[in-house]
Amino acid sequence: MKVKTMAEAQAEGLDVEVLFWVGCAGSFDARAQKVSRTFATLLDKAGITFAILGNEEMCTGDPARRAGNEFLFQLMALQNIDTMNKYGVKKIVTTCPHCFNTIKNEYPELGGSYEVMHHTQFLNKLIEEGRLKVEGETFKNTNVTYHDSCYLGRINGEYEAPRKLIQELKADIVEMKRVKKNGLCCGAGGAQMWKEEEAGEKRVNVERIEEALETNASIVAANCPYCITMLSDGLKAKDKQDVVKVMDVSELILQSIKE
Amino acid sequence: MQQIIFILLLGITSYIAYKLYSRIFHNIMMGKPYQYQNTDKNERWRNVLLVAFGQKKMFKKWIPAVFHLFIYVAFLFTQIELIEIIIDGLFGVHRFFAPILGGFYTLLISTIEILSLLAFIATITFLYRRNLLKVPRLVKSELNGWPKLDANLILIGEFLLITGIFTMNGADTVLQGIQPDHYPNTGSLAISSWLGPALFGGLEPEALMLLERFGWWLHLLVVLGFILYLPISKHLHIFLAFPNVYFSKLTPRGQMENMPEIMNEVKSMLGFSTGDEEQVMGEEMPEFGSKDVFDLSWKNILNAYSCTECGRCTEVCPANMTGKKLSPRKVMMDIRDRAEEISRNLRSGDMKYAKTQDNTDIKTLTKDNYDDGKSLFDYITREEIHACTTCNACVEACPVLIDPLEPIMKMRRYEILSESAGPADWVPMFNSIENNGAVWQMSVEREAWRNEA
Repeated sequence: MKVKTMAEAQAEGLDVEVLFWVGCAGSFDARAQKVSRTFATLLDKAGITFAILGNEEMCTGDPARRAGNEFLFQLMALQNIDTMNKYGVKKIVTTCPHCFNTIKNEYPELGGSYEVMHHTQFLNKLIEEGRLKVEGETFKNTNVTYHDSCYLGRINGEYEAPRKLIQELKADIVEMKRVKKNGLCCGAGGAQMWKEEEAGEKRVNVERIEEALETNASIVAANCPYCITMLSDGLKAKDKQDVVKVMDVSELILQSIKE
Repeated sequence: MQQIIFILLLGITSYIAYKLYSRIFHNIMMGKPYQYQNTDKNERWRNVLLVAFGQKKMFKKWIPAVFHLFIYVAFLFTQIELIEIIIDGLFGVHRFFAPILGGFYTLLISTIEILSLLAFIATITFLYRRNLLKVPRLVKSELNGWPKLDANLILIGEFLLITGIFTMNGADTVLQGIQPDHYPNTGSLAISSWLGPALFGGLEPEALMLLERFGWWLHLLVVLGFILYLPISKHLHIFLAFPNVYFSKLTPRGQMENMPEIMNEVKSMLGFSTGDEEQVMGEEMPEFGSKDVFDLSWKNILNAYSCTECGRCTEVCPANMTGKKLSPRKVMMDIRDRAEEISRNLRSGDMKYAKTQDNTDIKTLTKDNYDDGKSLFDYITREEIHACTTCNACVEACPVLIDPLEPIMKMRRYEILSESAGPADWVPMFNSIENNGAVWQMSVEREAWRNEA
């Protein structure tokens, strides 16, 4: 499969259904790149004509804005909007809830209005429309716990789409104590990802992974590249990386699709 | 005689209350304009009904919610009895509504009595939870000293208020049997009809009359005391929760407030049309973000005055629960305390609080030339604002829709945009975004990942 950029798609005269917004993590972080490839493969399997911005994509500006650097946020946001408007982008799907939130809620005020979906919402739609069929029983009777990212969950109110996907796998969802509206942060948001935590007694990701471990689930499903990093680090701190896996919901779906 | 004292007390209380409450209003209005969409009146009123009046968000924790509801409903209903007390006091009559309302009066006062009993139980429970059970969110360090005393004083006040009602009604019930001419029949009241005779049965009429008056005056004095005490107490939420909920943000939770000045500056830098070329900044860079309460919106300050320090926000804060200094509740308390400090200094009119360069020609101290050498950063440390993950758990937790996140973000904006300070760890991220459009400095192309797809 070849993932095309908008420029390439335009040159070929392709009618792009949806722009896959990859984000910095999905583009550069080795773990998140796997999720980008997974999701691209799923889009391909569903026969979706999609494209990425490729080198024309820039950081959405979310971490800059939340660190207080409005100037840098505007610099990124306005250029991204200019690029997307140039291509006449209407629909966007992204594997990062931070990108999702910023493009969906903050770009309209700056002149960029699009229909934005998180990839778990998009995958749900594809399954509902019958464009993707989950048939494998890879995760049947497997205990899976699901971590609500703040930016998809509490901030944008999407708790069900990822859970529905996990149910499609016939896996058993074992919920943690703090879920949905009361979900506990992984510790990365608000630009914490790029700084050492302030002095305290414990790391936030350790607090969260302990809660996940209490469920005895063998898989911690997540929907955000930063949560995946934080929770994986938490597992390592607990020396449980060989027993429990942190996976993106899309990775579970791909493994359950018959070739 | 009683009538004169009553009228004097009521008059003096009203005057002082007017002074104190307008002070609060002025303190809130020290803030910058707040753009709320007045077009969404229906949703705003819906919020007031459900969240403020209906206490919807309280019920995330049902035990305190139920006890709080007892006190709240008792408070609402007792206003009816308070109206009677005021009429009786002003015109020197006794139980003005009793003969007029007849059987309905019995029902009304019985309802108030049952609610008062429930509120009494709730008050004891709350004193127990705070002082003996020591519920973690109610004994955190930011409550040491005055906030703790404040909370207990209110509960003791409530205790006295209810004691007053039952003493008054109980003695009255017994007196109705002795002097029916002076004490109109109230019918058989739900609690006093048995509590009265049980406590005061067999007492001399003089003692009973004294007790009845004692109960009446105790209730009234505590009410008047409450009115004057509220402006210096966290308990102001009983009034401010309503406007606070009404004016709460209706835009998406994930949407931070835009900064049009910066947007237009960047647009012109990038050669994009700003739509309004006049708006582009001049040579001098103004200050951005919030250094002090003047730079917050009045809504942020209203939030601070509406906070009753319940600590639901701090309890769910990931930074706080892992031992970091950040406490969203403390942020709100600090904003209020700083506003109070500025308000005190402004009222003193002392020119030592004025900006030095303005001293020569300007003779009055106003919020525009105010400078006491301090700021919000003397209350809220950088370590606190740096610990926030913007997870919105505090925003979700607040029963009266306070947003502790917004002032934290505004202080971060001040630090980065006006001071060029902030955590050193962020500098490489900023540089990388500015130079490469990515949060990390990478040697590979952004689209390189697709080659392995």
